[in-house]
Amino acid sequence: MTLSVDIRRNVGDFSLDVAIEAPSGVTAVLGRSGAGKSTLVDAIVGLNRPDDGRIALDGTTLYDAGRRINLAPPKRRVGCVFQDSRLFPHLSVKSNLMFGRKRRGAASPDFDLVVETLGVSHLLSRRPRSLSGGERQRVAIGRALLSGPRALLFDEPLAALDSERKAEIMPFLETIVAGAEIPVVYVTHALEEARRLAENLVVLDAGRVTASGPVEAAIAAAGLSSAGDRFLDGVTVEAAIAEIDERFELTGLALGAHRIWAPGVLGAVGDAARVRLLARDVALSLDPPSRTSVRNVLPGVIRGVKRGAGPYASVTVDVGGAVLKSELTRRSIDELGLAPGKVVHAMIKGVAVARG
Amino acid sequence: MAVRLSLVVASIGTLASLPFAVVIAFALARGKFWGKTLLDGLVHLPLVMPPVVTGYLLLIAFGRQGIFGKPLLDCCGLSFSFKWTGAALAAGVMGFPLMVRAIRLSIEAVDRRLEQAASTLGAGRIGVFLAVTLPLSLPGVLAGLVLAFAKALGEFGATITFVSNIPGETRTLPAAIYTLTQTPGGDEAAGRLVLVAIALSLAALVASEILARRLSTRISG
Repeated sequence: MTLSVDIRRNVGDFSLDVAIEAPSGVTAVLGRSGAGKSTLVDAIVGLNRPDDGRIALDGTTLYDAGRRINLAPPKRRVGCVFQDSRLFPHLSVKSNLMFGRKRRGAASPDFDLVVETLGVSHLLSRRPRSLSGGERQRVAIGRALLSGPRALLFDEPLAALDSERKAEIMPFLETIVAGAEIPVVYVTHALEEARRLAENLVVLDAGRVTASGPVEAAIAAAGLSSAGDRFLDGVTVEAAIAEIDERFELTGLALGAHRIWAPGVLGAVGDAARVRLLARDVALSLDPPSRTSVRNVLPGVIRGVKRGAGPYASVTVDVGGAVLKSELTRRSIDELGLAPGKVVHAMIKGVAVARG
Repeated sequence: MAVRLSLVVASIGTLASLPFAVVIAFALARGKFWGKTLLDGLVHLPLVMPPVVTGYLLLIAFGRQGIFGKPLLDCCGLSFSFKWTGAALAAGVMGFPLMVRAIRLSIEAVDRRLEQAASTLGAGRIGVFLAVTLPLSLPGVLAGLVLAFAKALGEFGATITFVSNIPGETRTLPAAIYTLTQTPGGDEAAGRLVLVAIALSLAALVASEILARRLSTRISG
C-alpha cells in the first residue's frame, strides 16, 4: 500500500506545493507551524480541496484535478487523529470508539484488542469530558483505528499535551504503529517524535518539501541538527546484531569493524536493531583511551564542527558505518584543536545507548 | 374548553412544523446556495408582517379552493378552513420564524471540527447531521419549540382571519378572552382565562428551563 500525494494549493499569500510518497509503515512529516502541515493533512483527508494535483491510495484515486475526481471524506477511508482529539461530547467513550466501526465494520480490527492495546477498557462508560488529555488522545487513536482505515494520519497528536502526558502516550503510539500494514503519516513539529516513530521523514518548510527519505538522512539533509532541543539531539543508528553477551545482558551491534554495546538483549544475532545515541552522551578523545569504564570507543574522523550559541558546540564524527554527533563546550574544541579531518576517538557509555 | 383547544392547537401546530424548521434551519446554517437570503427573508415574514395579512394569505393558499388547500383536500381529505386544523396551521406558521431562528443559532454553534471528524470516520452528510449536529443542537431545538409554542398559544390575528372564531372548533384562548371582553358581564370569566394564560406561559418556560439543563449536562457529560 502506498499513499502518494502530489498537490498544489494557494491560500492567500501561502502556497503549498508538495509531493510525498508514503509506503506502508510510518512516514513523519516534520515542519514548524505555518509550514503547511494542516493544509496537507486536510487535503489528504478530504477536508479541503487542492487547486491542482493528485492524491492516490494504492489503486484508488482520492483526488485528481485533471480527471475532476474529489472523493468526499467518508469515501476516502483515511483515518485521522487530530491534535484536539475531537471526541463527540454527547457520546460515551464506547460509542465514540464504535462511531466509525459501526459504519465500516467489516474492515475494522478487533474491538477488544484495540481497547486493550490502548489501555482504555476501564473508560468505556465514561464521557469524554471526564477524561484526561492523554486518555482522550488514546480514545481518539482507537476511534480512528476502529474505523478500518486504509491509511492513517496523525495531525500533531501530542502537541496539546504536557511532557508527562506525551511520555504516557508514546509507548501506546509505538505499539500501534509498529509493523503497520497501511501507510501511516505522522505530522509533527517535534523532531524527537519523528525519530522515535518513523522510518521515513519528509521535512516541510514554507509549503515546500526541503528533504525526504530515511529519517536520519532526511534530518541531515535538511540541516536540522541542533534544532531547538539540544539535549535530545543525537543520531539513530541501525545496525546488525553481531553478538549477544548473555552473562552481562549486553547486545553488540556491528558498526564497521567495531562494536557498539547496548544494555539489554535487543534481539537475536543477525537481526537489525536501532539504537539512539544522544549528542551529549558522546565524548571525544584525541588518543585511544585506556583503562576506562567506557565500553564503546570508536575511532573516526571529524566531518564538521559547528559552534552554537553560548558555550556549546556540535561536532560530527564519521566512525565508518555511521556519523555520530557530539555535543561539547567551545572550550574543548579550542583546547583539543578539533577541526574537520582530525582523527578522534568517540566514547559512548554503554548505559547511554538507548533502544531507538 | 378554550384552554384545552388552545393547548391542542398550539402543540400540534408547533410539533408539525418542527421537522420543516429543522431542515430549513440546517440549510440556513450550513448550506451555501442561491437564494439563501431570500429564503431567510421568507421565513421571517410572519414575524414582521401584520398577523392579519398572514391570516389572509393562509386563507388564499389553504382555503378549499386555495393552491395548497385544494390538492391537500383532494388527496388526503385534509381540510383547514374553519376547522381546528386551520388554527393549528396558523399557530405553526406564526411560531415558525422563532423556531427556525433558535435552531439555526444552535446548529451554527456546533463545532464544525466535530462534524469533520465524523466524516473522516465514514459518516455521510445525513449521518453526520443525525449523529453529531442534531444531538448537539438539541437544547436549541427545545428552546425553539418552547418559543414557538408560547407564540402559538397567544396567536390571535392570523387565526381569527383564517378560520374565524367558532366555539369549540377555532375559538382558542386569546379569541375566547377577546369574545368575553366584548360580552356584557364577561369580565370575570375573561379574568380567569387571563390567569390561566399567564400560568400556561410560565409553566412552559419553567419546563423548558429544566429540560434544557438536563440536556446540556447530558450532552457535555
